[in-house]
Amino acid sequence: MTGAAGPRRPRRRESTRLLAGRGEFLADLDLGPVLEAAFVRSPHAHARVVAIDTARARGADGVHAVAVAADLGAALGPIPPKSSPAGLRAVERLALARDEVRYVGEPVVMVVADDRRHAEEAALLVAVAYAPLPAVASIAAASAVGAPLAHLGLESNVALHQRQRAGDPDRVLAGAPRILRERFVVRRGGGHSLECRAVAARFDAVTGQLTVWDATQAPHHVRTQLATLLGLDELDVRVVAPRDIGGGFGPKAQFYGEELAVAWAARAFSATVRWVEDRRENLLSATCERTQVHEVTAGFDTRGTLLALRDEISHDLGAYGVGAQVPVITLTTLPGPYRIGNLDLALTSYFTNLPPTAPLRGSGRPQAVFVVERVLDRIAAECGLAPEEVRRANLVTSSEQPYAVGLIARDGKPISYDGGDYPALLDEALERVDVARFRASQSAGWAAGVYRGLGIACFVEGSGLGPFEGARARLTTEGRFVVAIGPSAQGQGHETVFGDLAALVLGCDRDDVEIRRGDTAAVDAGHGAFASRVTATAGPALVRACEGLRDDCRRAAALLLGVPEEAVVLADGEYRTSGGASVTLADLARVFVVGQHGTFLPTGAPVRLDHRTYFTPERACYTSGVLAVVAEVDPELGVVRVERAVLGHDCGVVLDPGLVEGQLVGGFAHGLGNALFEELRYAEDGAPRTTSSLEYLVPTALDVVRPETFHRCTPSPVNPLGVRGAGESGVIPVPAAVANAVEDALAPFGARVTETPLTPERVRAAVLAGNPRWRGAGS
Amino acid sequence: MPVSGRRPTRTGSFAGPREISLVVNGVSIRRVVEPARHLADLLREDVGLRATHLGCEHGSCGTCSVLVDGQAVRACLVLAVQVDGHEVETLEGLHASGEIAALQDAFERLDALQCGFCTSGMLVAAASLLRRERAVDHDRVRRALSGNLCRCTGYVGIVEAVVEVAASRAAPGRPGAR
Repeated sequence: MTGAAGPRRPRRRESTRLLAGRGEFLADLDLGPVLEAAFVRSPHAHARVVAIDTARARGADGVHAVAVAADLGAALGPIPPKSSPAGLRAVERLALARDEVRYVGEPVVMVVADDRRHAEEAALLVAVAYAPLPAVASIAAASAVGAPLAHLGLESNVALHQRQRAGDPDRVLAGAPRILRERFVVRRGGGHSLECRAVAARFDAVTGQLTVWDATQAPHHVRTQLATLLGLDELDVRVVAPRDIGGGFGPKAQFYGEELAVAWAARAFSATVRWVEDRRENLLSATCERTQVHEVTAGFDTRGTLLALRDEISHDLGAYGVGAQVPVITLTTLPGPYRIGNLDLALTSYFTNLPPTAPLRGSGRPQAVFVVERVLDRIAAECGLAPEEVRRANLVTSSEQPYAVGLIARDGKPISYDGGDYPALLDEALERVDVARFRASQSAGWAAGVYRGLGIACFVEGSGLGPFEGARARLTTEGRFVVAIGPSAQGQGHETVFGDLAALVLGCDRDDVEIRRGDTAAVDAGHGAFASRVTATAGPALVRACEGLRDDCRRAAALLLGVPEEAVVLADGEYRTSGGASVTLADLARVFVVGQHGTFLPTGAPVRLDHRTYFTPERACYTSGVLAVVAEVDPELGVVRVERAVLGHDCGVVLDPGLVEGQLVGGFAHGLGNALFEELRYAEDGAPRTTSSLEYLVPTALDVVRPETFHRCTPSPVNPLGVRGAGESGVIPVPAAVANAVEDALAPFGARVTETPLTPERVRAAVLAGNPRWRGAGS
Repeated sequence: MPVSGRRPTRTGSFAGPREISLVVNGVSIRRVVEPARHLADLLREDVGLRATHLGCEHGSCGTCSVLVDGQAVRACLVLAVQVDGHEVETLEGLHASGEIAALQDAFERLDALQCGFCTSGMLVAAASLLRRERAVDHDRVRRALSGNLCRCTGYVGIVEAVVEVAASRAAPGRPGAR
């Protein structure tokens, strides 16, 4: 980097190569001669596979092989789901569909050819005969009495049903002074990372080892699945995430049939086989999220206290149970930062003939926050109270921490928040947004035909998920510090934050420690980068590994110098005594890592300066926050413009403010997309209607404002660093706050907001439904 | 974008591979390409310049932006045969010449990148804007970059970086100015 003052060290280590165009994304890797895969995908949402004729495809130019389900043998699957909440009905998900296809875009046949163009051309020559079946392409269709079955052979489309109760909701609802009922709907959306999925695999028949390069958020999960399904020892499967991955956001944390098929093909054809997804495939078949319907009954009193909450959640799981934990997360997130003593929360998740759903940034929490925050605004309106007064009446205070919510988390343990001052966050957000001044300007605006509104949302987010994450810190044979963590990175800045942390613990300069990540050969086990968990799990593991390495190196240096350990200090790559004696790290390596032939080491000497550690959190740590949004709505066009956003955040200790800020600002943009633009649409027969970036609208530079962020720090007692997650906080409160702001802006029309995304059509419909006589300015 | 001047014959002479000559980042090169080959694949696979990334291959994300005869284009929507006889500049060239040094520095300082996948196209689009226009404010930059999608940063750092570089740009005659 060269600035005005000359060369300077970049703050973020990852940036230099990316800015110079030397990024190392999967499609950039030089893997030598490579065969490319393309997939024939189902054009039907639901059909029986009658016959597949691959003869013409096999004879086409450049084609190496064409594989159908039967060719894969045991490698076909079924693929076990990552998460199996209690009661999840098991259905088989295969690498390639065999007898039945269950969503448009499901892979059926794999073509492997010299290049992608020949693979795609040959794919067009594959003839698949289908017998179409009735499809269900919505929760309404899947849940209707007598509905067609998304999977032949099941009794119904119910995939999962769970219920949790706390307190005495029936009695309290029956006796509540006031009741409100509402139905809220959130629509399907996708991750739309700029880089689509990508994987390459190579099998060495001599050693029996499989190497897989995968743009995945979860290399160890991929490794475990491949080892199991291909009948290999997990130590014979190495999964390496490229140094650069172009965004993850959830869909890249799952394991897909395409990854399995490509790995199988590498072994079957003794070749390096690669699949680089294109955008159309990504919109058709990468996992999606969000579709939920909430039928809510809330009991409250005239002071705005929410006494009891009943919610019947219906969830669209898609064709397979890939991410059934999402609606469970919604359910357990509903109470949020509020004191709700009586809960009756039920969830039913349905199979549909749509692409499978799985966690996507926020992972079910934005929906929960949307529901509760809309309910609280309604309570405020019914009671004639300001929305913020209702929040204050219900927020858990810091004196009530740790706070037992009354629900059981998906690990079977009671949910208990581990600290945070939610009312203080709210107060500061309101002060910064200057509510009183806004209300005055809002009234003046209404009189002039300008409709602006203020929306608030408060949230708590479980983060730092277990079961464990690992790190390895060692001195190489040349005397360099190398520290590896398990998860891969997709732009979060892991090289930077963990490099700085390692350097701090080791006592060296940040340029003198190399960070590696996302390689199952470097760290044996782990779970991956998702759920805002890496800093809270890999961080403590890294610290412990580096502490162990530091202590061993000091002991080793002291032994070589013949002085007590306290007498040596690391500086400029050497251990020095105050008397001027020194040994270099290379010296330590020679003696203690390599070992000098024919010598004896002193008693108690460390061998192989190499520490591997795992951190196993006892439970989740909870990030909290408040978002206040000011938006202007054009009631004629239905266009919503967010003018201003204030985001208060408590993620405990902040290791790198710039990186956390990046997550909040970027997450906020995702949230705006969820709230206003992003919807994956399907026809009644399951045919996708959004198959390009021209139809699936992600926010552009014109659509986003910078949220003003402020932080509080309540260190988490759950991990030694005191950190809480930060990767999803930007998203979680946005649909709720924007919806609240829109309804507030349109109060003169009595418009009601119950559904996201708030497209212009929906906003316009809400305006017209609220006040049917209004037809436009001047009427 | 002028199409190269060959006319199809009855036997369809567009069908087979063709030799093209072009200048890439100041270097004259010749390649033999299929007519269906797009410019992004030419650059990545046939010239070995992989900074240009593919995000959608249907022209809607801007990730593959490059400059052809000084104009920003989507390399996935331009056929290689269309740049026969033309000049192409990619991020690698802009970096090597030092033209975008101030932009790169500002991007790094102002959090204008996270995963980096959109960054190549963003820098090309920004460089193109700064070549053409002197005074650019936030609104102008947002509009100019509205054809480049980013999923990580929320754009604010990118816009601020471009505005800052434009504002601090040297008077004509100093290095980096146009």
